[in-house]
Amino acid sequence: MIAFLARRLLQIIPTLILVSVIIFLLQQLLPGDPATVLAGEERDPEVIAQIRQQYRLDQPLPVQYVYWIKGVLSGNLGESMRLKEPVARLVAQKFPVTLQLALMAIVISLSIGVTAGVVSAIYKNTAIDYTVNLLALWGISTPNFWLGILLISLFSVQLGWLPASGYVSPFEDFWLSLKTTIMPAFVLGNSFAAVLMRHTRSAMLQAMAADYVRTARAKGLSERVVVIKHAMRNALTPVVTLGALELGTLLSGAVLTEQVFSIPGFGKLIVDSVFNRDYAVVQGVTLVTATTYILLNLFADVAYVLINPRLRG
Amino acid sequence: MIKKLALAAVVLGALSGAAVAETVVRIGLAEDPDVLDPTLARTYVGRLVFASLCDKLFDIDEKQNIVPQLALGHETSADGKTVTLKLRPGLKFHDGEALDAEAVKFSLERHLTMPGSFRKAEISSVEKIDAVDPTTVKLSLKNPFAPLIAQLADRAGMIVSPKAAKEAGDKFGLKPVCAGPFKFVERVQQDRIVLERFADYWNKDNVFVDRVVFRPISESTVRLANLKSGSLELIERALATDIKDIKSDAKLRLATQIEMGYQGITLNVGNSDNGKNGPFGKDPRVQQALEAAIDRDALNQVVYNGEALPGNQWVSPNNAYYQQKFALPKRDVAKAKQLLKDAGVATPVVVDFLVPNGPDTRQLAEVVQAMAAEAGFDMKIRVTEFATSLNEAEAGRYHAYLLSWSGRVDPDGNVFSFMSCTGPNNYAKYCSPEMDAALAAARIASAPAERKAAYETVAQMALAGGGIIYLYHRPVIIAHTVKLSGYKQLPDGLVRLTGVKVQQ
Repeated sequence: MIAFLARRLLQIIPTLILVSVIIFLLQQLLPGDPATVLAGEERDPEVIAQIRQQYRLDQPLPVQYVYWIKGVLSGNLGESMRLKEPVARLVAQKFPVTLQLALMAIVISLSIGVTAGVVSAIYKNTAIDYTVNLLALWGISTPNFWLGILLISLFSVQLGWLPASGYVSPFEDFWLSLKTTIMPAFVLGNSFAAVLMRHTRSAMLQAMAADYVRTARAKGLSERVVVIKHAMRNALTPVVTLGALELGTLLSGAVLTEQVFSIPGFGKLIVDSVFNRDYAVVQGVTLVTATTYILLNLFADVAYVLINPRLRG
Repeated sequence: MIKKLALAAVVLGALSGAAVAETVVRIGLAEDPDVLDPTLARTYVGRLVFASLCDKLFDIDEKQNIVPQLALGHETSADGKTVTLKLRPGLKFHDGEALDAEAVKFSLERHLTMPGSFRKAEISSVEKIDAVDPTTVKLSLKNPFAPLIAQLADRAGMIVSPKAAKEAGDKFGLKPVCAGPFKFVERVQQDRIVLERFADYWNKDNVFVDRVVFRPISESTVRLANLKSGSLELIERALATDIKDIKSDAKLRLATQIEMGYQGITLNVGNSDNGKNGPFGKDPRVQQALEAAIDRDALNQVVYNGEALPGNQWVSPNNAYYQQKFALPKRDVAKAKQLLKDAGVATPVVVDFLVPNGPDTRQLAEVVQAMAAEAGFDMKIRVTEFATSLNEAEAGRYHAYLLSWSGRVDPDGNVFSFMSCTGPNNYAKYCSPEMDAALAAARIASAPAERKAAYETVAQMALAGGGIIYLYHRPVIIAHTVKLSGYKQLPDGLVRLTGVKVQQ
């Protein structure tokens, strides 16, 4: 197990170096000059030249990369051109917000998705199965921003139960925090719940038809024990991997949802930074997200091994 | 007995609590503002926050007249090269420091010398600043510059606390200290900016709001939903398509004004070979033809539900500098066709039409496309994201570019940098010595009549082929709840809370 972990951790290093180069180069492909965008309507050429010099935009790309990566290695992610704030501080400010949202979304999608998947597999080809499948199809095909706006007009404008947007930290006011994040978390978790449901259903169907389940039944075990202890445990292995990977996607993919609900997290930060060509922020946020994603991947592999003893060794 | 006393105390506490309950105005912004340092700031949305945070030497009124704010008035010498400002006595900054002539000198010098200052170009005519006495500042100019006072009625006229600015350096914007009606409390990037009432404000008797919270919400639908659900008291830049909805809601009020800026189409007349050899670079009559093909009233109806003000110059027909002599022409397709024929260009005239993506720009572009088609233009719409469009425009990779301008108080701010040969906003690369001379004359002349005469030449040349077709002046659309009273909208679109009362 330790050798496995060490091997996986070592593999992370070249991956991260490659990721850093790709992140750096990709955004250089974006048309538009950061200094001009920063200047906006105030297009004094002298100031634009000064900005270029200050942020080393006038230097060749490899030089810019070396400066950036040197900073990153010493823990300095650079400074936002637009906001004059250190990127590390912005990341530290936004990461917990997006993490909270992503975790809530995962909890929501796991509870809905796995339950629905198991139920649908048990009641295969019945009205229940069809209804759950229909709901899942709806969940997959509903665009996030549309569902978001729909929920806002129902729960905030019509009923006045929940705040329409914004964010409050759970450490400030736990209940208010829950109220502000429940709608975006549901929107975010909704489509993934549907995906999970489909996966759980097919994995469960496969497991329920397996020999060991028949054996378990033959032993006279109750259906509950057969389903929960025998079938589900095996069926859930791929689902757990999917969940961990999806947490990574949710961390980076909450862009639309955060935009609709004005949640000041990673998604909103990255959208604003891309539109403003705030390179340092885009690079910093993407690098942190990529690292998190890679680490989650590692955790998924470890969890996989823990659930499925045959993979140990 | 003790129980009764305790109960009475609770009730009293609650009552007194209600009596001193804080009045809060929460404002929904369309974007997240940039850095809150008047010297380094550059966004329109940032100016909205500054309107509550940083007072300026001068302000404007509803008719765009310059009115006193921190300064009581000004005098310009006969040769136009010395401007003397008289300050209000006893002014204070949010940190308790005195706002006197020395502080004004410091702020203006900071605008002029700080690396990365966006104000430098605005007041570069100022050569020397002297603090004559605590309430008198003398500005010595390199040359007469009529738009100077108007510049001091915007960010260049914002005075910051020298003590705070010296301590914070280029990080001043993270915790700005000015002399506006509200002082800075906190900012969480992309979430909120909180200000609270400044007890020593010079006009404190007219400030009835205790706290202001600015919240950036970029989705206009969501911004309106927040207003309707009571999470906000005021929103800026509501959509024209929502006007009907807002008017029909008994809990909401609408405050509109015609903007100081304009929506226009920039035509590439000389930017790169693509422009010089393009349809508009060959003959100015092609610009005239396109203008004749456009029905501004119809555009206004389709895109702005009739709430905009059609115009054909860089200032709106409401402005004192609008040239009535060249009043708005009606659509004339036959004239447009004739002009194209006279210019000798082959029809259809293929135009690469660059359009920055936005809720109303695509619609506007499509209507222009349809209108122009009738006259013999084939406008090929190319929608890009804004930063990309700027890049394309700068490199001259376009024929027509749908571009709007947020507007400045002085007419110079709406035209000089667009039509002078070396103007930084001159994407069309239009260049004419006569135009430069007329623009310069309008800057030097101090009497309004003299300036207006200089602008007549500018208007004539601009309409004949200056590389911009002005379409209309958009409405500033602000919506607020009925809880707010006394709110007045000014043409600059900014939100001023002085005089505004909140009903709890």
